[in-house]
Amino acid sequence: MSRSDVLVDADWVEAHLDDPGVVLVEVDEDTTAYDKGHIRNAVKLDWKKDLQDPVRRDFVDRRGFEQLLSERGISNDDTVVLYGGNNNWFAAYAYWYFRLYGHQGVKLLDGGRKKWELESREMVTAVPERARTSYQATVQDSSLRAMRDEVVAAIGKQNLVDVRSPDEFTGKLLAPAHLPQEQAQRAGHIPTAKNVPWSKAANDDGTFKTDDELRALYQGEAGLDFSKDTIAYCRIGERSAHTWFVLHELLGLPRVKNYDGSWTEYGSLVGVPIELGEAR
Amino acid sequence: MSEAQGCGAPAGGAALPATASGEAVIEGHVRRAGAALSVGYARLLNDGGEFVAEVPLGQDGGFRFFAAPGTWTVRVLAPGGVSADQTVTAGYGRRTALEVSV
Repeated sequence: MSRSDVLVDADWVEAHLDDPGVVLVEVDEDTTAYDKGHIRNAVKLDWKKDLQDPVRRDFVDRRGFEQLLSERGISNDDTVVLYGGNNNWFAAYAYWYFRLYGHQGVKLLDGGRKKWELESREMVTAVPERARTSYQATVQDSSLRAMRDEVVAAIGKQNLVDVRSPDEFTGKLLAPAHLPQEQAQRAGHIPTAKNVPWSKAANDDGTFKTDDELRALYQGEAGLDFSKDTIAYCRIGERSAHTWFVLHELLGLPRVKNYDGSWTEYGSLVGVPIELGEAR
Repeated sequence: MSEAQGCGAPAGGAALPATASGEAVIEGHVRRAGAALSVGYARLLNDGGEFVAEVPLGQDGGFRFFAAPGTWTVRVLAPGGVSADQTVTAGYGRRTALEVSV
């Protein structure tokens, strides 16, 4: 898989907006952003209402994913192009879902909504009408998702990549700084984890850095052993989906999992080891 | 904060109520040619210049961060490749307000 298989730029999107086999999908952290304006013909996925289980902490199951995509008029054969705010955090998270459920043709718009907006490209409020489909998802691909027990077992053995900001990693902050900080769980990070903030993989305009720059970042600067399995985590799994995308999809590492339980789960577990301060 | 809110940003920049007295709040408004700038982003960098958070500006050009005590830089990104930096000092229980023109 190469970069062009999984990433498209804004010019490509503008040229393919009306292609029948291309579906643009916006996924934002700010779930009202789409309603204020979006790329023409784009449909919306709400990461809270559409992608999460409404009761227990888990994401939408296979049947729910099938229903969701069928309602949105997305077919198995469609090329889905995802984009969103905040440097594609949630678009990368949705991308990971599509991969988990076996969708083949899925790409990210490099730079996401931010680059599109800052370049003053066309935004509309009209919501497209798409005919219902009968989407078929596969069984969830467990090779892409880490659960808590395997994270604990991976301490000291696999690459653990904590992609939160340095202040969250060291325990100074419990959440990203654009959110209130009150929470019950402990601060810190998983022992032996390397702190490579997701933002280091992105340019200011939200586009991904080059493969050479990314390799230098993870392998050179952070010292990841690319021959080992890797688990990425953040707070609830979106920022680490961004890093999962970089490592698995752009750099082509074969065994990379996203731990979507992330710090909100790990930092609330009883009895697991936690480190504070800088990485040791 | 609810778990569901997670890594997500508040809807529309500064629209989120700042209620916690223990927070080190950095907030502000961005204007261009005297009018509120609603299409743009505010980015928070720590004292080492590392990215910490980013929010889209609200309809009123507003933004808000919940930081920790210390020195921070707020970088505003606006259409046309325009950016502006301001350095601020935040403290618990205090709201540090900025007015940024780009």
